[in-house]
Amino acid sequence: MILQNVIWTIALVGMGLVALGFIHVIRQAGKPADDAATRKVARTSNVLRRWLFGALLVVFVGATYGTLRHFPIAPQHTPLDIHQVVNVVGQQWSWQITPDTVHTGSPVEFRVTSKDVNHGFAIYAPDGRIATQVQAMPGFTNKLVYTFTQPGTYKVRCLEYCGLGHVPMTSQITVLAASGG
Amino acid sequence: MAALTMYPENERLEGGNRIVFNLYIISAVALFVLMMLLGLTMRMTQATWLAVPADLFYRILSMHGAGMVGTAALATTAVMWFFLRKYVQLHLWAFITNYVMFLLGALCIIFAIFIDGYGALWTFLYPLPVHGMGLWSPNSAALFMLGYLLLGVGMLVFYLDAAAAIIKVHGNLGRALGLQWLFGGTIDPDHPKTVVASTMVIIANVLGILAGAVVLVMSLVNIFYPEMALNALVAKTLIYWFGHMYINATIYMGVIAVYELLPRYSHKPSPISRPFLWSWASSTLFVIIVFPHHLLMDYAEPRWFAVMGQLVSYGAGFPVFLVTMYGALTNIYRSNMRWTMPSRLMILSLFGWAAGIVPAILDGTIRINLVMHNTQWVPGHFHFYLLLGVLPMALALMFHVIGHRADAPPNNAADRLGFPVYLIGGLIFVLAFLDAGHLSVARRMATHLPEWTATDKIGSIGAMLVVLGMLYFAIRITAGLLKAPARRDPDGGMANTAD
Repeated sequence: MILQNVIWTIALVGMGLVALGFIHVIRQAGKPADDAATRKVARTSNVLRRWLFGALLVVFVGATYGTLRHFPIAPQHTPLDIHQVVNVVGQQWSWQITPDTVHTGSPVEFRVTSKDVNHGFAIYAPDGRIATQVQAMPGFTNKLVYTFTQPGTYKVRCLEYCGLGHVPMTSQITVLAASGG
Repeated sequence: MAALTMYPENERLEGGNRIVFNLYIISAVALFVLMMLLGLTMRMTQATWLAVPADLFYRILSMHGAGMVGTAALATTAVMWFFLRKYVQLHLWAFITNYVMFLLGALCIIFAIFIDGYGALWTFLYPLPVHGMGLWSPNSAALFMLGYLLLGVGMLVFYLDAAAAIIKVHGNLGRALGLQWLFGGTIDPDHPKTVVASTMVIIANVLGILAGAVVLVMSLVNIFYPEMALNALVAKTLIYWFGHMYINATIYMGVIAVYELLPRYSHKPSPISRPFLWSWASSTLFVIIVFPHHLLMDYAEPRWFAVMGQLVSYGAGFPVFLVTMYGALTNIYRSNMRWTMPSRLMILSLFGWAAGIVPAILDGTIRINLVMHNTQWVPGHFHFYLLLGVLPMALALMFHVIGHRADAPPNNAADRLGFPVYLIGGLIFVLAFLDAGHLSVARRMATHLPEWTATDKIGSIGAMLVVLGMLYFAIRITAGLLKAPARRDPDGGMANTAD
């Protein structure tokens, strides 16, 4: 399951529901209503508003619990017991990635920083989709933890505009199948 | 009923008011067309239909960003001024000062970009402005920042004049927001929604502009005294605090047009209510503290900061969906509405705002931001609620005003053609961006991979339609504003031309 496809589906459904609501009301907007009908519409509208409030509350509370229960960003100020460590330094307009080969199946800790301006360290999977990312900021080292599941060549692109050489600021990481796996 | 008079006497534009309002609007629509042409140029470059060198592309991107944000602020400030002056005593000199400062700031920005080569985008993210690597000089960055300061000072003058006027009538900003009625009491039915919205904008955007001023001055000091380095994280935090509030203020200024005008076109009053007051009170807080959702990939920020960004992004959806959008739909439901340009544009604006919030809220989720941050998903959602939300809000007022001037409802055959061209073009344009984000196409890149250009081409076609629609709107509005005002009714009111 590709996360981006799930997100796109949720967005289309959400925007589609909003559109349907508007289309329904626009189709009714040109019709007149007498006083009794107006009062009935007002009552129905209040009931629907409560349901909408409840539905939004359930969706947002559920999404908060589901997405934050396991916090998606690694602790930044405590040592991580991770054996695969990769140091990443961005500089206009290249990446130093040491080492540039890792293995699947166990987490990799990327320690990402910059020597000059802000860069975006994004790892693109072999299928062309972003696997994960973090900002590379001068004066700070951000720890990105990611576990690769598929071996292959992963492209690194800069995702924070950094000047004329922003597009060609690329590199790659080789991911090998876990030797013990 | 006075509230439903289509063209109330106290909205009449005469003398200096008319000249300055026309200057604001004609400048804004002309700039919107020009900035859209720059946007189209970039999309066509990414689609490989145009060959624009990378250095020029990034200068165009810088101009498009700064120009669109500034122009949206200019247009929606005119919306706020147009309606707020009915309820409090605004000074025309403050409104003029904002316009003059806008022009001076815009000149600095245009000169910095097209003469001096500045290409560090509208976000001037420290320390990129001083790392042009030969493409631009620190002096050009300083000129760009000076332009921003001038824009900010102009807005502050307008806001402070408006704040003083509101306080004079309502005692303090809290009472103007209606906080005294949140938990009980009889709400004054004549308390203007425009005053509530304007107060919220003043509180939030004055804070935002001050944050911007602080980081601009810090950056200027760094340019001339490089040994005084800044903390990059603090600078970025301030920049996004400023940037987020500045552009969001345009939505909250623009929506005043909907609150004021929609009941006139639907012939149904929309009285002030407790949910409305709660909505604006909570939005005041949310818009001030929601900006961390721009910094979710900066792991050096504290964890609570990122969590707050996500939670407040979710919370901000409630007022929009449950009060503004739902209230407007309830208002027009079975209202015997007659569709003219202002009413079409108002409903489009609410749809653009509400639908555009869906991908925006998704992007405010940390887990999702990990794969969507700085992809074209981001311009996808903000163009959704700016192009199809904020701009139609301002256009609705403009068409309403020219309807008054022409003494006829703005609803001719060309209008009925121009509207769907803009709407369909806009939808194609924003959905192409969102689809590109779903395919992990990076934003802000002068050249794209061959596999990315399909969405660029579709987006370019959408952009062409949007430019065509906006060009028509700009000509129509400019011609309409320059016409003589409509005749005064013998009984003292103005002709109601929308029935």
